Amino acid sequence: MAEHDRPDLIERHGRQERLQHWVVALLFLLAAASGMALFHPALFWLAAVLGGGTWSVILHPFVGLAMALVFARFAAPQWGDNRLLPNDRVWLERLREVIEGRDEHLPEVGKYNAGQKVLYFVMVACVAVLALTGLAIWRRYFAGGLPVGVVRAAALLHALAAFVLVLGAVVHVAAALWVKGAVGAMTRGTVTIGWAWKHHRAWFRQMIRPTGGR
Amino acid sequence: MPLQSLDIVRRSATTTPSPMARAAAEVAVAKLIDTSKCIGCKACQTACMEWNDLRDEVGSCAGTYDNPRDLTDQSWTVMRFSEYENPKGDLEWLIRKDGCMHCADPGCLKACPSPGAIVQYANGIVDFHEEHCIGCGYCVAGCPFDVPRISKKDGKAYKCTLCSDRVAVGLEPACVKTCPTGAITFGTKEQLQHDAAERIVDLKSRGYEQAGLYDPAGVGGTHVMYVLHHADQPALYSGLPVAPRVSPVVRLWKGAAKPLALGAIALAAIAGLLNYVRVGAKEVDPADEAAAEREKEKAHG
Ligand code: HEM
Ligand code: SF4
Repeated sequence: MAEHDRPDLIERHGRQERLQHWVVALLFLLAAASGMALFHPALFWLAAVLGGGTWSVILHPFVGLAMALVFARFAAPQWGDNRLLPNDRVWLERLREVIEGRDEHLPEVGKYNAGQKVLYFVMVACVAVLALTGLAIWRRYFAGGLPVGVVRAAALLHALAAFVLVLGAVVHVAAALWVKGAVGAMTRGTVTIGWAWKHHRAWFRQMIRPTGGR
Repeated sequence: MPLQSLDIVRRSATTTPSPMARAAAEVAVAKLIDTSKCIGCKACQTACMEWNDLRDEVGSCAGTYDNPRDLTDQSWTVMRFSEYENPKGDLEWLIRKDGCMHCADPGCLKACPSPGAIVQYANGIVDFHEEHCIGCGYCVAGCPFDVPRISKKDGKAYKCTLCSDRVAVGLEPACVKTCPTGAITFGTKEQLQHDAAERIVDLKSRGYEQAGLYDPAGVGGTHVMYVLHHADQPALYSGLPVAPRVSPVVRLWKGAAKPLALGAIALAAIAGLLNYVRVGAKEVDPADEAAAEREKEKAHG
């Protein structure tokens, strides 16, 4: 079901996956901006993104929940591709080479490299924690019914998970901008065969099999 | 509401100094509530409603004198009644006027994320400026005394102001003005500590060995203090906290975590950018495409 008919391209992300990805990205930016505005006074100006402090407080939980739901639909089918394999260990041990951009010293990579896989599970965990703790500190509906100790712990955990997720997103965006062709994979849906060969060789081999991938 | 006649020394979610050019010599004020003189008449509750234009819903009787049963956005002070059977087998009726304690180290202000929504005046009063309140409810989580309440009407936080508007023009709080037994007094904190000490000597001489002043050090002392007949057991007074303090969880959340997290995020972004320009973009060159092409042909060949 390729959306293209060029032999030098390989499909990496389908139409629905791409849509989901960018909806999550947009909702993440809105949730992170309105949330971080409350986290540190130096970032309070970010509340303007959703129309000020009060609007941020009103909208943030709904935006966050929407993000969590779309993220769940987006991430669930990718679980299998992100399973950690023995080679991933080697990849992670050679992180130095990754940062230096010396791919020739790295083991062959499937659809996702070990860094992407770890980030995937970190993000899944963070979103789950954010959703649970976010409900717990939602003053309008739930926080009043919980012991104050639970609300305090949830607030701290919510901030912690948000911190890790934002940090993860920074790494994610930096990597996507660094590796040319990656953004195209999520906008056009395709990569060149050279790109697949260079960055995800095991996946490349799988995709060029006459049977056409999986 | 902001009162220019009261100097602000601390504002929530603000990293720059508060206005401090004026040199008014402001002394710490306080309210002293002598539980041993309180008769539970609730005149103070009524005065609070009247002065602050508050009208709570008429509730139902829960089998106790507590009415309303809890603090609300419309009830900034509530009398809490408890029946205590002392070791001698006598019944004691312990009545405590509950409300904001006006902590010297207020957990509400520490937790509040909205700049200037919670302030502390130079005289020690902690005040909510509702026009800056964004309704997140963090003050509720921050307060060690479970005092702030979010209004269902406007989603903003309310609590006792210690009648900052009256104090600013030299009047005593409405509850103090109305108390018929003199159980509530208002003055400088120093004077009231002195008055309390005298009263405690008196109480001790009348058999209340453990009488004492409640001015908990865990929150830096409070600007609402109690004289208790049983200062060794504050919990007898409808769960008055024995050793209140701003929760360590709140301290971490609104303390060290903030600069550390922000710093780490900024560092990650800068490191990513620097590595990009240091190593250069990872590009796929024609040789890679050619290699891929060869391998593909072989696979199909
Ligand atoms: C998954 C559903 C989510 C829910 C239900 C939720 C709910 C909440 C609530 C109720 C608050 C308190 C302030 C307010 O009422 O607005 C809050 C704060 C916050 N949220 Fe969320 N949120 C969610 C997701 C997210 C996401 C995806 C992020 C992205 C980074 C995030 C970051 C934050 C931050 C940084 C704060 C401020 C924490 C602090 O003040 O320390 N939240 N959230
Ligand atoms: S008693 Fe609660 S609301 Fe009052 S100053 Fe202390 S922390 Fe703030």
